[in-house]
Amino acid sequence: MEGSIAGRENLDAVVVRFAGDSGDGLQLTGSHFTLATALAGNDLATFPDFPAEIRAPAGTTYGVSAFQINFGAREIRTAGDQPDVLVALNPAALITNIGNLRLGGLVIADSGAFSDRNLKKAGYEANPLEDHSLDAYQVWPIDVSKLTLEAVKEFGLTQKEALRCKNMWTLGLVYWLYNRERDASVKWLKTKFAKRPEIAEANIAALNAGHAFGETAELPGDVHAYAVPEAEIAPGEYRTVTGTDALAWGLVAGTQLADIKLVFCSYPITPASSLLHILAGLRQFDLTTFQAEDEIAAACAAIGASYAGSLGITSSSGPGVALKTEAIGLAISTELPLIVVDAQRAGPSTGLPTKTEQSDLLQAVWGRNGDSPLVVLAASAPGDCFEVGIEAVRLATKYMTPVIVLTDGYIVNAAEPWLLPDLETLEPFPVHHREDAEGFHPYLRDPETLARNWAKPGTPGLEHRIGGIEKDYDSGHISYDPANHQRMTDVRAAKIRGIAQDIPEQTVDQGNEGGKLALVGWGSTYGPISRAVVNLRAEGLDVSHIHLRHIWPMPRNLGELLAGYDQVLVPEMNTGQLIQVLRAEYLIPAEGLNKVNGLPFKIAEIEQAVRGQLES
Amino acid sequence: MNIATAPEKLTAKDFASDQEVRWCPGCGDYAILKGVTKTLADIGTPRHKTVFVSGIGCAARFPYYVSTYGFHTIHGRAPAVATGIKLANPELDIWVVSGDGDAMSIGGNHLLHLLRRNVDLQFLLFNNEIYGLTKGQYSPTSRVGTRSPSTPMGSVEQPVSACRFALGAGARFVARAVDTQQKQMPGILMRAHAHKGTSFVEIFQNCIVYNDGAFDKFTDRSVTEDAQIEVRHGEPLVFGKERDKGLRVKPGALHLEMVKLGENGVTEDDLLVHDETNRILAEMLVGMEPPMPVAVGVIYCNPGPTYEGKMADQTAAIRSKSPAADLTEVMHRGDVWTVEKH
Repeated sequence: MEGSIAGRENLDAVVVRFAGDSGDGLQLTGSHFTLATALAGNDLATFPDFPAEIRAPAGTTYGVSAFQINFGAREIRTAGDQPDVLVALNPAALITNIGNLRLGGLVIADSGAFSDRNLKKAGYEANPLEDHSLDAYQVWPIDVSKLTLEAVKEFGLTQKEALRCKNMWTLGLVYWLYNRERDASVKWLKTKFAKRPEIAEANIAALNAGHAFGETAELPGDVHAYAVPEAEIAPGEYRTVTGTDALAWGLVAGTQLADIKLVFCSYPITPASSLLHILAGLRQFDLTTFQAEDEIAAACAAIGASYAGSLGITSSSGPGVALKTEAIGLAISTELPLIVVDAQRAGPSTGLPTKTEQSDLLQAVWGRNGDSPLVVLAASAPGDCFEVGIEAVRLATKYMTPVIVLTDGYIVNAAEPWLLPDLETLEPFPVHHREDAEGFHPYLRDPETLARNWAKPGTPGLEHRIGGIEKDYDSGHISYDPANHQRMTDVRAAKIRGIAQDIPEQTVDQGNEGGKLALVGWGSTYGPISRAVVNLRAEGLDVSHIHLRHIWPMPRNLGELLAGYDQVLVPEMNTGQLIQVLRAEYLIPAEGLNKVNGLPFKIAEIEQAVRGQLES
Repeated sequence: MNIATAPEKLTAKDFASDQEVRWCPGCGDYAILKGVTKTLADIGTPRHKTVFVSGIGCAARFPYYVSTYGFHTIHGRAPAVATGIKLANPELDIWVVSGDGDAMSIGGNHLLHLLRRNVDLQFLLFNNEIYGLTKGQYSPTSRVGTRSPSTPMGSVEQPVSACRFALGAGARFVARAVDTQQKQMPGILMRAHAHKGTSFVEIFQNCIVYNDGAFDKFTDRSVTEDAQIEVRHGEPLVFGKERDKGLRVKPGALHLEMVKLGENGVTEDDLLVHDETNRILAEMLVGMEPPMPVAVGVIYCNPGPTYEGKMADQTAAIRSKSPAADLTEVMHRGDVWTVEKH
């Protein structure tokens, strides 16, 4: 760790939460702060937390948008259990977020937004900045609105435009508080508003004014200026990445390794739409994007693309995946490659579209009519989506099967620093379409993988007909023969089960192979489980962390591995789904730790559950 | 060295698959299969470049009986699957075969968007005004009062007109044919094939088991010439056994009327000349029901850009700007920083 900077107190890690109206531009503020923090050499994790409404009425509690970042001089694995600092740009942001602030934590509030009207809208009877109700915290009221208007006065903006610079003023202040550089934000503003230089200049002036305010202000209580030294991070080139970025690039990389065209067919749905947006911006590659008329059409068009010899990919969230179900069955029956990305969100039906949950696992593994096995993968973090995307392409094309990729609302939106991969080092897995007419029929199988041969229309001599009706094992023609149906059902199941031989054995992420307790997780619970296990092991507890990427089929050694622990605890953001599969597959008395409040696990929640489990 | 080999001349028989055809004896689908395979032979597209796509229903069995590539998909979704095939390989010659339940009921949404996008393929709607494969329930094209297992007291819903739906959805090629009228059908299908874009062809098809004779009023051989009008671009709208009846816009009104040549001083000059690029005329023609003559032939053909063509233009434009697409370069866009060894 470096020595302290003059006048600044060194911190090991800190959690800052920006909260304001959804029109205040706080997601943007958060992403700027994330970049500046990454450039300062800290490790970090973020959590964008925004409402479903595009522009909820200003000042209301349901219109509050927030962005949380945890950054430090050590390895950071979650966006943090409790903020140390809350930036509240109006009373609604304060009332909805104060409950989670660490006692003694700092509140930076825009006192200019605490008008009687806004206080009333938020449900305050008195101004909390004045009535001592926040005495458990350190409060720094600043009239950000007024100071911003003063800072941008010379640029001749309308009052509305001028107030929009509030987020940059606030960002400048927080940059000062943690000693971050402003250059990257200045550069971004100049590019973003190249056509309206007065807006760019006003925002830069606001940013600088906020920063200058920090330098000269009288600080409340024991608030200091801080420094967070650089973290020990593996050397290499980094950038920040969201799960959506990483998955889009992983799918492109995967199809390049497979030497096949990507046809991405989707229908907008929260929180999955951004994948369509990113891929639609990459059409210089060998890919096509298609916004279909509905979820079903998106899945069917993807299947059509795969039938024609490309790789069809579709994406959605749980309700949309439900609509695609029949089509997925067609891809299983016709044994065509297909990738279905499910960015999970909370609840049945519409549920909580912008909140995260992991409750589609059983839908993915079992949720279809008939015996209809397929492959299910889950990404554990934003950067992990890249490798999962490649693995999905590899398995779909090698085994002629649909692959469901589970991400969630947290992973797709959250950003983390990511070590850029060297594409040259990735092993290609080129697809070979059948061309030889000799002895051909569409359901000829590779004896090892059991995958059928893939003959695409346009190939002379391989004309054939396939469909959702059961096929004869030996000719691929329609067959209603009962014994043949048994045989085809068995071979479809064996093909998917056999993939367990082609995926890595399950490793232990932290801890020993065998012992008192294993935490078994999947998906975005990786961060909190991982940090909890670091902490618990530091206390000397015998706890291990196992995290699954391959949900179905499961790694071939998993049963044996789990049998080596006295207890297995499965934290999930659902009411118990992976645990059902583990119990069914391995007949082990695994126990669940479950949560469905739309928010990721806190480290403390997992630590507490493990302690309770070990004491019982 | 170039050796020009004459392409193998195919006949209708070459387009028959080795599968036993399993429609009911006497089903109109047999005649359509014959008309389509004859058309395929006339067109001369190689079998391996042709794909038949279908959903679910009696008509949807069609791909199994043609020796090209075929994909029998799920109920109503053939337009979406066919769109995906075209996106993957625009070179393929695609025919979608559907029925009135498949296209107008469960798949109505997909058909709407297929037509609006104008994906280059042929869409054949076998309309028999009944559900066949599920044993005789009324369909969205069944006439009011249709008694069926699910409507023992008669159906009460207004039927949808397939061609009016197609025109409303923005179709740029709308034609009609009759299963048994094999002299006309290949010509109409040839025109459908020649049109770049979605070519919508409604084929009146008799279901001998559940709705026999549904179209007899205008398809029975004894009445055909007087009950149908076969429209031809640039020719007057004349019909009748004696070629003595015609259509004109009723003076002072916005609808068609049937007139007799020679009566009340009406001559051929008074009749409308068929203009297949005129959407308003097309809408009036497809709206005619007995006792007006039922219009068959190419009713509307007004080509426009195709979806895949426009998409290809965009792709070509972006690739001309950045010919070497490099994922490493894309991943390095924005802010990248280097962490040195500690």
